Amino acid sequence: MTLATAAPIEGHDVSVVSLVGVSVAYGSNVVLTDVSLDFRAGEITALLGANGAGKSTLIKALSGANPRYSGEIRIDGAVVHLGSPVQARQLGISAVHQKVADGIVPGLSVAENLTLDDLAHASRHPLRNKRAALADARAALATLGLDWSDGILNQDADRLAISDAQLLVLARALRSTPQLLILDEPTSALTAAEAERLFDVLRALRANGLSIVYVSHRFGEIEALADRVVVLRDGIVQSNTVRPFEWHEILHDMLGRATDLDHDRGTTHRGTTTVATLDGIQLFPESAPIDLTIKAGEVLGVLGLIGAGKTEIAELLGGLAAPLAGTLALEGAAYAPRRPGDAIAAGVVLVPEDRQRQGILPGWSVQQNITLPFLKKSSVGGLLRGRAERRRTEEVIESLSVVTSGPDEAIDDLSGGNQQKVVVGRWISAGPRLALLDEPFRGVDIAARREIGARLSALAADGAAAVVLSSDVDEIFEVADRIVVLVAGQVELDRYADEVDRAAVIGAFLGQERSPTAAPAPAGEPAPPRDDAPVSPESTPESN
Amino acid sequence: MTSPTTTAPRPLPTRSTGERVSAFVVKWGFVAVTAALILFFLITEPNFRTVDNIFGMLKYIAPTAIAGLGVMLAMTVGGIDLSVGASAGFAVSIAAWTMVIANQVGGVAVAVVLICGLLIGALNAFLIVVARIPDLLATLTTMFVIVGLKLIIVDGKSISSQMTLSNGTTAPGKFTADFLWLDRGSIGPVPVPVIIFLVITIVLWFLLERTRWGRALFAVGTNSEAARLSGIRVQWYRTAAYMGCGLLASIAGLLLAARIGQGDVSAGNSLLLDAVAVALVGVSVLGIGRPNAWGTALGAVLIAVMVTGFTMLGLPYYAQDFGKGIVLLIALLFSFTFSRRRTVVTAGSTTSAS
Repeated sequence: MTLATAAPIEGHDVSVVSLVGVSVAYGSNVVLTDVSLDFRAGEITALLGANGAGKSTLIKALSGANPRYSGEIRIDGAVVHLGSPVQARQLGISAVHQKVADGIVPGLSVAENLTLDDLAHASRHPLRNKRAALADARAALATLGLDWSDGILNQDADRLAISDAQLLVLARALRSTPQLLILDEPTSALTAAEAERLFDVLRALRANGLSIVYVSHRFGEIEALADRVVVLRDGIVQSNTVRPFEWHEILHDMLGRATDLDHDRGTTHRGTTTVATLDGIQLFPESAPIDLTIKAGEVLGVLGLIGAGKTEIAELLGGLAAPLAGTLALEGAAYAPRRPGDAIAAGVVLVPEDRQRQGILPGWSVQQNITLPFLKKSSVGGLLRGRAERRRTEEVIESLSVVTSGPDEAIDDLSGGNQQKVVVGRWISAGPRLALLDEPFRGVDIAARREIGARLSALAADGAAAVVLSSDVDEIFEVADRIVVLVAGQVELDRYADEVDRAAVIGAFLGQERSPTAAPAPAGEPAPPRDDAPVSPESTPESN
Repeated sequence: MTSPTTTAPRPLPTRSTGERVSAFVVKWGFVAVTAALILFFLITEPNFRTVDNIFGMLKYIAPTAIAGLGVMLAMTVGGIDLSVGASAGFAVSIAAWTMVIANQVGGVAVAVVLICGLLIGALNAFLIVVARIPDLLATLTTMFVIVGLKLIIVDGKSISSQMTLSNGTTAPGKFTADFLWLDRGSIGPVPVPVIIFLVITIVLWFLLERTRWGRALFAVGTNSEAARLSGIRVQWYRTAAYMGCGLLASIAGLLLAARIGQGDVSAGNSLLLDAVAVALVGVSVLGIGRPNAWGTALGAVLIAVMVTGFTMLGLPYYAQDFGKGIVLLIALLFSFTFSRRRTVVTAGSTTSAS
């Protein structure tokens, strides 16, 4: 790891905000562990991490949105407790959140939106006068070097283009003259030219001594903009490096390090019969079509960051979405499920990405959660058969070692890992032909992960196909027989696990594994970051 | 993080005495209040004790209870139906119109009314499922439309047997005896409305708790996305729930029409609040925390007991509304404030996702 012997940038080597041992836990689930970081004046710190790495949690604590953190946050050396976003702003920390639309009040004018924070200020005069608001708004825009006409300032903010709205929100964040500015994926909705305009603004702000935290998945932007890269993984700071950035190292840190692999993954199985094929499937409107074969008897691991297309593949096969172009086939026959029920009837099951939102039925018992997709099998003429339900539930509890007091315990009372086992077991218990698991190990402890992995191997050994879609290299190496790397809707690598090593997989992320014969990239050689790499056309909002 | 080796049952989390007491109150509070009220009136009011009174009470509350069961059905899919009162009122006028103006027999009137109820439910379902209008607003709109349509059809007038029509002639038909039997008839000692009330409660209980369709309805209401991914046709179930609700509201209307014996244009106006209240009380009964048939029936009985008791005590009619309000308030406190678990009533907040 290239380490922080911090090169001072233009003489501002002063920490404006420091985190000392900051941790955040939701219940028993620790999502941020002992984070210590310094944010220096005149420096842009890029915050990197895969889905669920803890970036959002860190930003929430830092911007006052989550006051229940432990450890210390220091501003100019003094320990403060950030209890609310307003308080954080008063102390000099402003945040611009990813969804610009959330920061704009439609129906109010541009000027009113720019001076929106005044509404919450008790000290301000309760009667706002329009001319004063215009003057204030113009002053706010001046910090970005912008000069918008009165016509624009008086129009409904809802009518601004997204990039202008982004600038509006940024100008508003700068009105309180912060010392630290947090930007969460600010370019996710911008075109390249618009992003470039934003970067010029950020560089100017940096030159004025502002400290900026920049969250992004676009390595190209970070290469162009950042002075420092901090990588989070599983709530822990993996690395904290300054220029020049070692992108191989950074990706290693982001996606998981080889040392975590303490467990023998056994032989790599090679499936023979094809279960499903994607033929000329286009995952995104602008992406080129791809082909992919899914075979029985092996666990296929599809690796990709947010917006790489993994969820899209799962949704196509699971009957949630229709392909933009191309066709699907299942066991040789054309396969076009119109809804999840069709897929389930065809033996294709999908364990969705978001357990809380798409998986469990809160307040329901373990048994009721398990039998939901297969109520027909647990009933006779519509009449539910308690005994059949019970049998299936006990099978799932047994085969995945679910820790629960019994089938009637409410699912909410189980730990996250055990809830996940219930959800996975629910789908696998029916003996599917093809099981798709989208990020099945998120928020799941190692023991549960191993149990689910073993169950998948057993499923494959019984002649079914299993597909695990994940953004974590470790997880994929642990469970998969065959590894596919997706980047921006393209298959960058498709090899059996015993034919590739971690470096090759990581290389594929950086676009170095285009030809199937290419040797793994030599370690240490700086890789050219790709601006378009792991970014979706419609970047999905991330939640931790 | 759990240990990977233990598969032994985990002990349930121990609860403090306070928690246990509150759990007990949540579970039995409503039953206890109903029992206490009954006991109070039994002791203080000799008339309350008679069998006639008990059936009278149940008969009185039957339309409200049935409409309440309809609202309960809409609640199972996470919705609500504010048009039940209007649907019942519509049913009263349409039944009268069919028999008195169109000179048809009671059976025809019943069929026409039930079809209208299903159509109103289908309209609600269309607005909510296809047009994606939030349930609260969609059913509110339906309420207006239905009330207006009813007044247009009957010319803004109550329809009674032998009424004089606008062309000076006398209306050809009348409320037939077989129709009036719906209110005045009885099987053994049990009045027909009470039997209908009981049968509907049992059918709904069976459907919701014992069949996979009921399970699917609740799944749609609990987590529609998870239900959809489980292969449940979410929109069909929502449609079915609203149509069922429309049907039940029109049955409530039939009982009202038979009770009044004429097509009173104001009938059904007061039904909506009572029906919604009964369904909400039903959620909190026994600490079940979700819509259910027996709870709704019990909620209706509680209100019947209260109203009857208040009347016997000589309290003015407007005291009843106050009493109902207090009962509903307590029910909601049980459901939302004191309950350990999140109550699954999302009325008004659900829109057609997906």
